[in-house]
Amino acid sequence: MPIQIDPPSIDPNPNLRFLEEVSTATAGVSRLEMCIQCGTCGGSCPSAADMDHTPRMLFAMIRAGMREEALSSNTPWICVSCYHCVVRCPQGVHIADVMYTLKSMAIRAKLYRDSTAPDFSQTFVDMVENYGRSFEFGLATRHYLKHFPLRLPGMVPMGLGLLSKKRMGFNPRRIEGIEQLKAILDRAKQLQVDS
Amino acid sequence: MNSYLFYPGCSMESSAMAYYDSLMAICKPLGLDLDEIHDWNCCGATEYVGISLIPAYALISRNLALAAKQANGNHTVVAPCSACYLNLAKADYYMQERPVLGEKVNQALEAGGLHYTPGSLDVRHLLDVIINDIGLDVVRSKVVTPLKGLRVAPYLGCMVPRPDYQKHWSDHEYPNELDRLLKALGAEVIDFPLKTHCCGGHMTQIGPSTAFELIRRLIGSADQYHADVMATLCPMCQMNLDAYQGETNRHFHTNYNMPILFFTQLMGVAFGIEPEHLGFGKELVSARTAMSRIGVEVPETQESAEPRKPKRPKKEALPMPRMSGEEEVTQ
Repeated sequence: MPIQIDPPSIDPNPNLRFLEEVSTATAGVSRLEMCIQCGTCGGSCPSAADMDHTPRMLFAMIRAGMREEALSSNTPWICVSCYHCVVRCPQGVHIADVMYTLKSMAIRAKLYRDSTAPDFSQTFVDMVENYGRSFEFGLATRHYLKHFPLRLPGMVPMGLGLLSKKRMGFNPRRIEGIEQLKAILDRAKQLQVDS
Repeated sequence: MNSYLFYPGCSMESSAMAYYDSLMAICKPLGLDLDEIHDWNCCGATEYVGISLIPAYALISRNLALAAKQANGNHTVVAPCSACYLNLAKADYYMQERPVLGEKVNQALEAGGLHYTPGSLDVRHLLDVIINDIGLDVVRSKVVTPLKGLRVAPYLGCMVPRPDYQKHWSDHEYPNELDRLLKALGAEVIDFPLKTHCCGGHMTQIGPSTAFELIRRLIGSADQYHADVMATLCPMCQMNLDAYQGETNRHFHTNYNMPILFFTQLMGVAFGIEPEHLGFGKELVSARTAMSRIGVEVPETQESAEPRKPKRPKKEALPMPRMSGEEEVTQ
């Protein structure tokens, strides 16, 4: 009697293609696949001390299909977009842009652990979508009231300084073509969902 | 006359008004003609792209499309803000590197009746066109009040020299453009080792302790080199180093008092333009004492921050080690 052998599971790890997914979702050609794990990125990073994982570690995790761990790392949120690692990377990986991709994926999967940064980005984007320009006063008050209420008293002098010097206005400016911009962004959001 | 399309960016109409005012004041002596892109929108800073890629690039590209339409034979867009400059340059570059991104962005732009052909504009930073198009000879010829004796730390921050898609800069980490410009104004330029290190960017808003450490390093280093002022070319850097200097001082118990000016303000002073027209007095850390050192009187910053007076150590106290920002206290 012939021995029955189950065909091997083709894809035992559902996240095997996580690397490809991150790379494809990044602007430009990410070159993430080219990482040689040299660690130049982490060694160049001014804020690595505050990160859960250095960029090198994070890229190894992505390659290993560790989706949840990678997307819940604080690393992309601590990245200050200084591009030191980007210009030093011997493989030309678009590291800062990969960090942006990981942020957007973490938001979509609701895997971030601290909502301060995602909320700040979302508040900023809300202002821009409503007015077409950024609105610092609205952004700052909404953000600080929610996330740093205890920091507010200490910031009063600075806030007053900026207001009295007219470096911050109470009223947002709305662009003329706001409807045009909204139509563009609506279409773009649809394209993002479809992609 | 050097003519360019001009993308000012949101900060120039609010927090960095001193940058805008001083830039407008030096346009005439420099022969710089800036044609503002009509009805431009925010570039999304470092926020939108962390939320969603295609909307973020569509937001940036509306500006590129408007600029290309307005171009009229002129295909160079000048941006004075680092983040705006990088976003515009990056969108243009990546849409060429990965055409499918350009196609999607154009599908979005179509909803607003716009189109942009990636690569049809040249995006450049203000400092780049001053150095490479107008040239230091012209700058030198306009100097009537050399900044002799003013020790300036040239501070470029991150996003202008990096990643530098179009290879406009002399170096990614230690470019000399701002040093050369300030020297042409007669200033004493310190060889500032942290000239392209990070100011913390948006971390002042979301992770203050990370940002304060970066701010401390920068101001601390400039202070060790006895800089009178730091000259910057980025609204975000100016905001972080100037407006958050007080909070950083409280965080580290330091006593830095470093004025942070835009390089265009110093150009204006050297060109003999009245400081009132150059946005002086809008900085939170007053530049008055520093500028008086070279005989230039600038409007006083209305003192709104609480007194920065540090505690003077008691005479009978034991000598204690100090952070460099505290040293002045005991002198």
